[in-house]
Amino acid sequence: MIETPLRLMTGGEAVAEAMRQIDPDVVPVYPITPQTPIIQGFAKFVAEGRAHAELVNVESEHSAMSAAIGAALAGGRTMTATSSQGLALMAEVVYIAASMRAPIVMAVGNRALSGPINIHCDHSDSMLVRDSGVVQLFAENAQEAYDLTVIAPRLAEHPDVLLPVLVCQDGFTITHSAEPVSLLEDDEVSRFVGGYDLPRRMLDTQSPTTQGPFAMPDYYFELRRQQTRALELALDVFAELAMEYEELSGRAYGPLDAYRVDGADRAIVSLGSSGGTIKDVVDELRDEGEATGLLEIVSFRPFPHERVAALLQDASSVIVLDRADSPGGAAPLYAEVAAALHDTGVALTGHVYGLGGRDLHPEDVRRIFAGHAERYVGLRGEPCPV
Amino acid sequence: MPELSGWNELPVGGVVVPDESSRPRTGGWRTGVKPEVDLSKCVNCLLCWLYCPDSAVELDGTTFTGFDLTYCKGCEICAEVCPVDAVTMVPEEAAS
Repeated sequence: MIETPLRLMTGGEAVAEAMRQIDPDVVPVYPITPQTPIIQGFAKFVAEGRAHAELVNVESEHSAMSAAIGAALAGGRTMTATSSQGLALMAEVVYIAASMRAPIVMAVGNRALSGPINIHCDHSDSMLVRDSGVVQLFAENAQEAYDLTVIAPRLAEHPDVLLPVLVCQDGFTITHSAEPVSLLEDDEVSRFVGGYDLPRRMLDTQSPTTQGPFAMPDYYFELRRQQTRALELALDVFAELAMEYEELSGRAYGPLDAYRVDGADRAIVSLGSSGGTIKDVVDELRDEGEATGLLEIVSFRPFPHERVAALLQDASSVIVLDRADSPGGAAPLYAEVAAALHDTGVALTGHVYGLGGRDLHPEDVRRIFAGHAERYVGLRGEPCPV
Repeated sequence: MPELSGWNELPVGGVVVPDESSRPRTGGWRTGVKPEVDLSKCVNCLLCWLYCPDSAVELDGTTFTGFDLTYCKGCEICAEVCPVDAVTMVPEEAAS
């Protein structure tokens, strides 16, 4: 492990650097705020000859993912990036990428879905493709966005997985905010990600194949199960790769980031950048003698139910913070945590916060821990009970 | 009915390899008519071979020899494209 100096950069710039170091073969992409700095930075590296990808300027995100599938299955390491409406337009093809087992790595700058149209962060775009069968990893800050992006190709291309991996970072809060980031050396990343290899390349004229075939009722169910099994296996594969990455970088990762959860009486479960704010409040409350903790979910898909239950079963209350709502139903993260804790007897409450980029302040987190927050944190108007 | 595979026995992503793609006997779906050729009219232009969506036109090297009814679905494209009307569609029952 080489100690590298910290550099000031945004999450978008950090992921562009990770892409330069990974040096994918093909990057089909369409710009959209707040993802644009990622691909703008990477395109500059290609223009300067510092990255060697075929940059395909497609006409839409639907085409971006379609081209990505072709490139990935033809035998080229493929990356792309999108946000919000781009992911919505791409959604049809995201499902197909997962079912064709195309190991594409995609950076997502999380942004609220329209409408009303908005450019700021929430997780509704990721949740739109929640059930597509792709891996979804959530970063807390620019460093995590960089590190998870470096790990992602190995996870996507692992023979037990072979699925798209989405590395999600909160729009603007991470994509556009500069903070100190430690990058690995270029050759360290090259060695870590290694070469691109698929069990069966599409463009192999000596052994031609049909990929993405029609499946009737006699095989659709089986092929879906095969896909869900691969996603289940991705949990252990990610944990193993994270350990290998820790040896290289000195930075520990895993499907979960448990922060002072040990001995916690009350614990929050969250996704993404709000974890940084919550950790600060946890520290303050611990100093004040209150046994609080944070369980940050890094791998939302696959979801680590067993580990969540093991870590939270001794808490007296667990509070789930969702940055996406599910109108008329349980919010997505709440539903997962409820499933994980269903037979533990732990008291569970849920809040929705931060839609469309509404900030979550430390005082909000204090009110949440104190049990004084409403169902919708930071919402004006008539109160909505939890 | 061939025995169906379980989910864990299928190739990753349901990829079909050449051996497997020859297994479905698509001739069983035939529409009720099948192509018949009058070899005395055939000029061996191979348009039928080029157009056949099921690769059901048989060749000996580059010479037309006939139709493989194991895979022919009776779509009639061969009869349509034949420039010398050597191919005609005939009802299954009446076939010689």
